[in-house]
Amino acid sequence: MISSERELRAAGPLIVAAALAVVASVAITAQDGLPDPWVCLAFALFIGVGEILRITLPGGRESAPLASAGALAFALLPGFQGYDIHVTVALAVTVVTVGSVVGAFPRAFVGQGLHLDELARRVLTTMLAAAVLIPVLPLVYPDRTEVDWKLALAMTLAAVLAGVLDAVLAAAVRASQQRAPFRTAVVDESRALVGIASAIAATGVLIALAAPVMGYWALPVFAVPLLLTQFSFRRFATIEGTYQQTIRALSRITEVGGYTETGHARRVSRLAVMVGRELGVSERDLKELEYAANLHDIGQLSLAEPIPGGTTTILSPTDQRTIAELGANVIEQTGVLTKAAQIVRRQADPYRPAPGRVDPTLLLESRIIKVVNAYDDLVGASLESDRMLQAVERLELGIDREYDPQVVDTLARIVARQTEYAY
Amino acid sequence: MRELPIAARLYIAAVIVLGALVIALGAAQMTRWSAVLALAALVVLGEGLSTLLARSVNRNEGVGISISMPVTIASVLLLGPVGAPLVTACMALAPIRTPWFKRAFNGAMGALSAYAAGWVYLAVGGELLLGGEVEFSLGHVLLPMIAAALVFEAVNGLLMVSVIALAEKVSPWRVWIGTMAESAVPLFIYSTFGLLLAVVWAQIGPLSALLVLAPLMVARWVFAQFAARQEAYEATIRSLIQAVETKDAYTRGHSVRVSRASVLIGRRSGLREDRVASLRYAGMLHDVGKLSVPTSVLQKSGRLTDDEYSAIQLHPLLGRDITKDLEFLGEAIEGIHYHHERIDGRGYPEGRKGSEIPEFARIIAVADAFDSMTTTRSYRGARSVADAIDELRRCKGSQFDPVMVEALVAALDTDGWDAADTFPTELPTPSVALPSLGSDDDDPTAADHLAQARDSDEVAEDELAELARVLAEPEAER
Repeated sequence: MISSERELRAAGPLIVAAALAVVASVAITAQDGLPDPWVCLAFALFIGVGEILRITLPGGRESAPLASAGALAFALLPGFQGYDIHVTVALAVTVVTVGSVVGAFPRAFVGQGLHLDELARRVLTTMLAAAVLIPVLPLVYPDRTEVDWKLALAMTLAAVLAGVLDAVLAAAVRASQQRAPFRTAVVDESRALVGIASAIAATGVLIALAAPVMGYWALPVFAVPLLLTQFSFRRFATIEGTYQQTIRALSRITEVGGYTETGHARRVSRLAVMVGRELGVSERDLKELEYAANLHDIGQLSLAEPIPGGTTTILSPTDQRTIAELGANVIEQTGVLTKAAQIVRRQADPYRPAPGRVDPTLLLESRIIKVVNAYDDLVGASLESDRMLQAVERLELGIDREYDPQVVDTLARIVARQTEYAY
Repeated sequence: MRELPIAARLYIAAVIVLGALVIALGAAQMTRWSAVLALAALVVLGEGLSTLLARSVNRNEGVGISISMPVTIASVLLLGPVGAPLVTACMALAPIRTPWFKRAFNGAMGALSAYAAGWVYLAVGGELLLGGEVEFSLGHVLLPMIAAALVFEAVNGLLMVSVIALAEKVSPWRVWIGTMAESAVPLFIYSTFGLLLAVVWAQIGPLSALLVLAPLMVARWVFAQFAARQEAYEATIRSLIQAVETKDAYTRGHSVRVSRASVLIGRRSGLREDRVASLRYAGMLHDVGKLSVPTSVLQKSGRLTDDEYSAIQLHPLLGRDITKDLEFLGEAIEGIHYHHERIDGRGYPEGRKGSEIPEFARIIAVADAFDSMTTTRSYRGARSVADAIDELRRCKGSQFDPVMVEALVAALDTDGWDAADTFPTELPTPSVALPSLGSDDDDPTAADHLAQARDSDEVAEDELAELARVLAEPEAER
């Protein structure tokens, strides 16, 4: 969803390209007239309904699988029972846009916003699928009667290409929105989308394949398996969200007890994730980093009395490490947060254990938490630019030994941006 | 096989022989071997994958998503009673670790069910989709397909239920209720995917398997991930709570047991299942606020100062503060907030009375006291379940909601109770003094003395009254 100027700028070129394609397509379609309006209407409706039934995938990505499958099916449509339909690229883009926009209305109406970047991606992938398949149709579907495996194969290939384009476009938008390296974003997007995308591609191809024989029946009948998949994803995303919420809540145990300052864990985890993302930590590892950051002070619970102010940085290095060790042991007992425990265990270790030497086993995530934790101990909830910049300067004094210079640099960049906005 | 009753052995042998007969009959008449092989490969692959995925899946999660069922139904629609048994019997070849006779029985069972389904499909006017020039009309294919799917399930279920009933010597009805009943409807739904597969297979051949089964496989995979995630989720809460419970060795495992007892009470008083789930979390997290109380206070032996006692009394509020953002907990948050209230209004933090106290809190209060009494504490041994029940009954109407007390008693009657742990054996090396009664306000004996002390200012000589006096002081000052 486009909510800030920065995000709009990130998706801007994509939206402009899609808008141009839509304008051209509508113009061409208006000139040629709409062939077989009922079939077009059926697909537009299908896409519209799919748009309403959108889901959130794990990782917070929005998706409308049914709408995407319908769009793909129309782009690949070789024929339709009882009609002599020839889908063109312009017609496909027109129908898909109309369907998506109509379906997006109810949501926009209740204030959930238009997913312009997603719509743009759908327009462009539809174009690609149609543009790849239509030229080869005379080869794989010569007399337009017999559907066979050659047609199915050509369609599948076109669908896969469209899926790849979709992932790359999504990665480009995300990389620029969140300042993550493009390569990490592509890996993240592919990992997150491969499941739902293959179900979408298969359904799109099936509807297109079955339409010449089954006609309108193909649409609802082949939507059922995809709906089932969609349902599974929704449940998974829900529990994933619940898990995240719970870890965040548990992080407050130390705050409520006065062991740490209010909001410390939350701020450290937010900042650590920002730093990690810019340093190219993958989404999967970012999640562990977030958990670790949220729970990084849990070892303090084993102390008989809270440390005044909760700032671990004023403790002796040995004490800091003991607390880290205790916390890691607690986290390890969950049996699932293994990586987070590893990160927490070494969060107090210095970047250079001896002058000029770097410990290669020290995880980047631990180094991030060390720096960000120290930063938050200095700044707290304060939003004063001077204080933030001074804190960074102080951390920069520690890059000879305590802190990873790369992490401090990244933090400095983020803080510089934050203070810029403040003016 | 040896350990099975003789009747079961004979039955298994008979089914295997019959299945082999049907397979041989089919093989003799079969002409479309390529389709049979392709579908059979799919069955083997599907079964293998299912087991692979199921390994990580919680077994209570029901049948999950079947992949071999759609393939079986598709083979019925494509090949009829001749070919379908050949395809379905290949289930026995799936790479699963089971004894040979179980595999053979499963294969034979599949073959017989598929034969019956195929025969019914043709008998009610269905047309084989493979080879014939089928005039495509869904109504024409759909109804016979439904009949075939139902017959397949019925025959398969009958053979399965009777073998389990014979082997374990229980009534077939109970077996059906226990194992098959809840999977009947989902299995039927999956069988309709067989129709999709058959329709597309008739046109484009084996490639259809990839297309039709892909969404199913993805759904199956996500489902497995979901189940794994759910387990991980519960494990995380449980162990984080338990790990931090080590602050007080005597309360180890307390939260998990309170959660269990709360669920018993909740079920018995007829709460909806989703509320019971919420109650389970409430029980687990009811003392989460104690984790925020300094360890020095929790583990202090001897008298508590006013401040220290207030710190302990704060724990329901702290618990609410920690959990208040967890939307999914819903009612559970109230349960955590008010679990130290008393029916007579002399509890804390707000002194709510009777029905002003949320239901979850009234349940947890009983469960909490029950577990606290049946566990060893530093100043006394664990009481027996019967003693604890007597004590709960004595305090009902004053400290506890009588309905919840009786619900717990009734539930303990039917479900029993793993009488809580014995004296904790592996205590963490106590660098600080062992926890004393000073912190134990879950025990109704202590709590009741506390309330009495508040009323009469009596100063008793024994330990409990001493505690009560200490605890009562902050009250008196208000």
